[in-house]
Amino acid sequence: MDLTKNAEMELAGKSESKLTGKLAEKYEEDAVSSAYNIYIGKKYNFLGISIIILIFLFLYSIAVGFADVSTIDVVRVLLYGIVARLVNFADVSTIDVSRLFLEANLESAYTIIWHIRLPRALAAIASGVGLSVAGVALQSILRNPLGSPYTLGISHAAAFGAAFSVIVLGTGTMRSTGADAIMINNPYVTTTVAFAFSMLATFILLAIAKYKGSSPEVMILSGVALSSLFTAGTMFLQYFADDTQLAAVVFWTFGDVGRAHWGDFFIILVVTVFATGYFYLNRWNYNAIDAGDETAKGLGVEVEKIRLYGMLIASLVTAFIVSFLGVIGFVGLVCPHISRRFVGDDQRFLLPASCLVGGMLLLGSDTAARMIMAPHELPVAILTAFMGAPVFLYLLVRGYKH
Amino acid sequence: MLDVNELGFDYGTRQILKDIGFGVLPGEVVVVLGPNGVGKSTLLRCINSILKPKSGTVMVEGENLLALGRDEIAKRLGYVAQRTETSRITTFDAVLLGRKPRLGWNVNARDLKIVHEMIRRLGLEALALRNIDSISGGELQKVAIARALVQEPNLILLDEPTSNLDLKNQIEILDAIRQVAKEQNISVVLTMHDINLALRYADSFLIIKEGKIFARGGPEIITPEVIEEVYGLPVAVESFNGFRLVIPVGN
Repeated sequence: MDLTKNAEMELAGKSESKLTGKLAEKYEEDAVSSAYNIYIGKKYNFLGISIIILIFLFLYSIAVGFADVSTIDVVRVLLYGIVARLVNFADVSTIDVSRLFLEANLESAYTIIWHIRLPRALAAIASGVGLSVAGVALQSILRNPLGSPYTLGISHAAAFGAAFSVIVLGTGTMRSTGADAIMINNPYVTTTVAFAFSMLATFILLAIAKYKGSSPEVMILSGVALSSLFTAGTMFLQYFADDTQLAAVVFWTFGDVGRAHWGDFFIILVVTVFATGYFYLNRWNYNAIDAGDETAKGLGVEVEKIRLYGMLIASLVTAFIVSFLGVIGFVGLVCPHISRRFVGDDQRFLLPASCLVGGMLLLGSDTAARMIMAPHELPVAILTAFMGAPVFLYLLVRGYKH
Repeated sequence: MLDVNELGFDYGTRQILKDIGFGVLPGEVVVVLGPNGVGKSTLLRCINSILKPKSGTVMVEGENLLALGRDEIAKRLGYVAQRTETSRITTFDAVLLGRKPRLGWNVNARDLKIVHEMIRRLGLEALALRNIDSISGGELQKVAIARALVQEPNLILLDEPTSNLDLKNQIEILDAIRQVAKEQNISVVLTMHDINLALRYADSFLIIKEGKIFARGGPEIITPEVIEEVYGLPVAVESFNGFRLVIPVGN
C-alpha cells in the first residue's frame, strides 16, 4: 500500500487549478496542508485498524483450542474475571458477581481461559511488542536494516546460559509419560542463569562501546563476535551432555509463549512498557539519527549517548523475554520492516505500528502453532519464521519499485 | 554575531587548526576557502561543537557555545552536513525534523506553519509528500537547507552545499541561501571549492592555509598572488560582465 500516492495526486490536482495571484498562493498552502493531513490521517488509520485486528485476534486466540469456547462466552468470562478481581480489591464481598456473568457451565471455560489461555495470549502480545520495538530501535541506532534483538548476540548468550544451567547445574530432566516428555525441572534457575548470561553479553557490549565508542560498525561486529562465542560455548557443553540434557537444552531453545505464567507475563509487561515508552520518547532523536549522525548532532541530538542507552534498553527487553520464553526468532527483524511498508520510516508512526504488528504476528503465530497439529501444540518459535518470512519476502519484492 | 577566538583543534599530535580567530556580522555570507584537507570542515564542526575544540572560544551573540548543551546549540546554529542520509519519510517530514530542537511534546500549528513557509520559499511544494529517497540530489540538498533554516538559527553552517550539484542547482541553492540570509538577517558560513561561485555569492572570505587563517576580508583579497600562495597554482583574476573570475593559467 502506498500511502503517499493518493495524497500526492490530490496535491497535484489542486496545484493545477488556474487561480492567480495571492489567492493561488493561499490556496496552494492550504492544498499542501490538507494533503499532508490526509497523508498523516492514513497513518493513524493504519494504527487504528491494527488495534481492532489485534483485539479480534486476541479474542479469537482465547476462544479456539481443544475446548472451544464461543467468542461471546470469552468476553463474558473475561469481564467476569476482571470484575471479580476489582471487587476483591475493593473488598465488597457481599456482592456475588458470579451471578452477573457466569453460569455454571462456564466454570471450566473460566479455568481454562484465566489460567492457561489468557496469560499465554497476553505474554505473546507483550513479547511480540517487546521484540519488535527493540528491533525497530536497533535498526535506527545501529543504522542497519538487519538490526534486531539477535544482532547483538543477546539471545545466543541467553541460550548458552540455559544450556549451562541444564547441563552443568543439572536443572533439566526427563519425565517418562505425557505429551511434554521433556521438562526443565527447575525453570526459575534456568531462567535466572539465562538472564545472567544475557546481561553479561550486554555489559561486554557496553564496555566495548565505552572503550571504542558506540559506532554502528563496532556494535554490529561485536554482536557478531559475541554470537559466535556463545554459540561455540553452547556446542561445547552439548558435546558433553547426555541425551536427556541435550533434549532439555533443545527444548528450552525453542521459544514458546506457552511457558508464561501470570508472574512471567507481568515482568515481561513491565519491561516492555518501559522500553516502549523510552523508545517513543526518543522518536525524534531516532528520526534525526536516520538522517545521518552529523545532521542529528546539528539538530541537537547527543548521538553517542542516545545510541548507548537505546542499545542497553533493547538488550534488557530482549534478555527478559528470551530468558522467560526461549529464543523467538524473526519477530524483531521482520515486524519493523512490515510496518515500514505501511507507514514509512517516520518513527512517530513506525514505533507504534511495529508494536502492533509485533503483537499481531506473535499472537497469530502462537494461535496457529496451537491449532496446526492440535491437540499437540508447537513452540511458537518454529512458526514465527514460517509466518513472517513469506509476508516479509512478498512485501520486499513488492515494495521496492523505484 | 559570531566571534571565534584563538580556536585550536588537533587529533592527538596532528595539529589541524591553530589560533583561528574571526568575526561574522548578522546577515553576512562568509565563504571558507582553502585546499582539500586544510581543515575547513573541521572548522565548521568545531564551531558547532560536533568536534570539541582543544582551545579557544566560540561566541554567538555574546554566549559561549562551548559551554552550552547540544540542544541549546541547535537553537542558535543550523548545520548542513556534507552528506544527508535518506529514508522513507516525506520532504515535509524531513523539513519538520528541523523543528526538533524547539519541539514541545508534539508538533504544534506554528511548527507546521514555519515548515510550510520554508517549503514554499525553497520551491519544494510539489515534492512535499514525496519520499526523500526518491528525489534528486539537488532537491535533497534543498531539503537539508530548509531543515537547517526552520531551526530558526542565528547562523547556519554549510559544508560544501554545492558539491555534486549541476550548474543550475548550484546557482539556485546559493541564490536561495543568500536571499534568506539577507531577509531574515541570518549569518551564513559555508565551505566550497569553486572560487568563481564564491566570488559571486560571498560578502567576505576566510582563506585557510595549513590550519591557520591566511587571509580574511572582502572580494578584494582574492588576488592572483593569494591564490597562488594558497593553492600552489598560477592564476589570473579577470572581470567578465561585472563578475570577477579566477582562471588558472599554465605554468
